[in-house]
Amino acid sequence: MSERKIIDARGTYCPGPLMELIAGMKQIEVGDELEVLSTDEGSVSDVPEWINKVGHEMVETTQEGDVWHIVVRKAK
Amino acid sequence: MKILIVGGGMGGTIVANNLARRLERELRSGKAQITMLSASERHMYQPGLLYTSIGRLAPDELYRDQRSLLEPEIEFHVDPVETFDLDNNQVVTKSGKTHGYDQLVIATGSRAAPETIPGLAENSVNCYSEAAALEMLRQVRDFKGGTVGIVVGVPHKCPMIPLEVTFVLHDYFKEKGIADKVQFQYTYPIGRIHALAPVAEWATGEFAKLGINTTTLFNMKEVDGNKIVHSEEGETVDAELLVAVPPHRGMEVIEKNKLGGNGFIPTDRHSLLMEGRDNVYIVGDTTNLPISKAGSTAHFEAETVAENLAALIKFGTTVRDYDGKVFCFIEAGKERATYAMFDYNNPPAPKAPNKAVHWFKMAYNQLYWASARGLL
Ligand SMILES: Cc1cc2nc3c(=O)[nH]c(=O)nc-3n(C[C@H](O)[C@H](O)[C@H](O)COP(=O)(O)OP(=O)(O)OC[C@H]3O[C@@H](n4cnc5c(N)ncnc54)[C@H](O)[C@@H]3O)c2cc1C
Repeated sequence: MSERKIIDARGTYCPGPLMELIAGMKQIEVGDELEVLSTDEGSVSDVPEWINKVGHEMVETTQEGDVWHIVVRKAK
Repeated sequence: MKILIVGGGMGGTIVANNLARRLERELRSGKAQITMLSASERHMYQPGLLYTSIGRLAPDELYRDQRSLLEPEIEFHVDPVETFDLDNNQVVTKSGKTHGYDQLVIATGSRAAPETIPGLAENSVNCYSEAAALEMLRQVRDFKGGTVGIVVGVPHKCPMIPLEVTFVLHDYFKEKGIADKVQFQYTYPIGRIHALAPVAEWATGEFAKLGINTTTLFNMKEVDGNKIVHSEEGETVDAELLVAVPPHRGMEVIEKNKLGGNGFIPTDRHSLLMEGRDNVYIVGDTTNLPISKAGSTAHFEAETVAENLAALIKFGTTVRDYDGKVFCFIEAGKERATYAMFDYNNPPAPKAPNKAVHWFKMAYNQLYWASARGLL
């Protein structure tokens, strides 16, 4: 069964949610998911941009208050 | 109360000295005891390595004797920990000694791990250890011209290094009179040239003035023998001199003891307690927190942990949360600098660079030792 790991990057600016996600992807297996919590609206566009460029999969993006939950799946 | 601090770098040293001052009476009466275990009898000023790598700071100037930085009441042993037995509140060291504790602080830092990217260690230089900085100096001195590639792995220690190493090398080749023979190809993992948006914006303008080429969304996958770097995004960078900010990991002892993936220990972002433990605090690069791996982070975390450990004795409870505070100097060239300060609730808003901040940063290179002693 695939696993989901959470990276709580709320209120963090450096390295920031995308760089944390890139580092996190190296630590999970193909098929597993990462959920990034971000308070930076920029993550809503810059995460899919990277995911699509590398060839991983976007699972979903939801907003709860001022926190975005961005879920991605490692595809290769 | 027995307090054991593992790691005598920036974080561990500030926790120990700050605590020793707060608990002066308790240490004298025997009500508290502070022990530090470290892997070296010397303390390195790591930011100096950047200048060692271009021959501006001699290796011996990077070090102070660790004992001389510690308050006398602190018991100090150079005897690295090999086993963490957290269920029994004890650690076992290389020499075979067992040290028990009531409260444990782990601050063993992080290390560059170029070997985790195929071909990177063999084909690049970096400034993340004394040996690496000296090898970088040798190759930089011998460089006659061509492309300098800057490649950046994640996570890495000190977020300013990718920009700083580029500016420093640019100045170096200009002074040497070969700037017209050197091209720079700077790469960065995300879609701008620095993590902090205002810094990226400023640096983009500076790079344009200096003619430095940039490629963003570039994450190293492998490096072949011709110093061609292939990225996960399907692009390549071809360089005659490859300067790496290698991906980092925590120390092997953390991985071996299964305290955290890649050697980074799961840590509560406010209490700085190791997840699932109520008497193990994590400070500095060793945490898995998504914040800058920098001396200032270790410093602010250490102050929080020291205040709380002292409060456990004096109040019977902790009194403060870590607020995510980070402070970074940003060298802007031409003897100008600025700084960025931010925490979990306040984004950075750096001001325009000026000379005063640059001179303060220069003074800080010396003030570091006062800071480690807990005097700043
Ligand atoms: C080139 C360079 C430039 C930098 N520039 C800056 C800068 O400008 N500003 C900034 O804020 N930060 C900068 N940093 C980062 C800063 O130096 C680190 O983030 C900081 O030192 C982290 O502190 P720490 O206490 O977590 O780890 P460290 O200071 O690395 O200390 C780790 C300690 O743990 C000990 N240890 C290791 N293993 C064991 C073991 N098994 N048992 C016991 N002890 C052990 C080590 O001997 C060491 O004493 C820079 C770093 C480098 C390399």
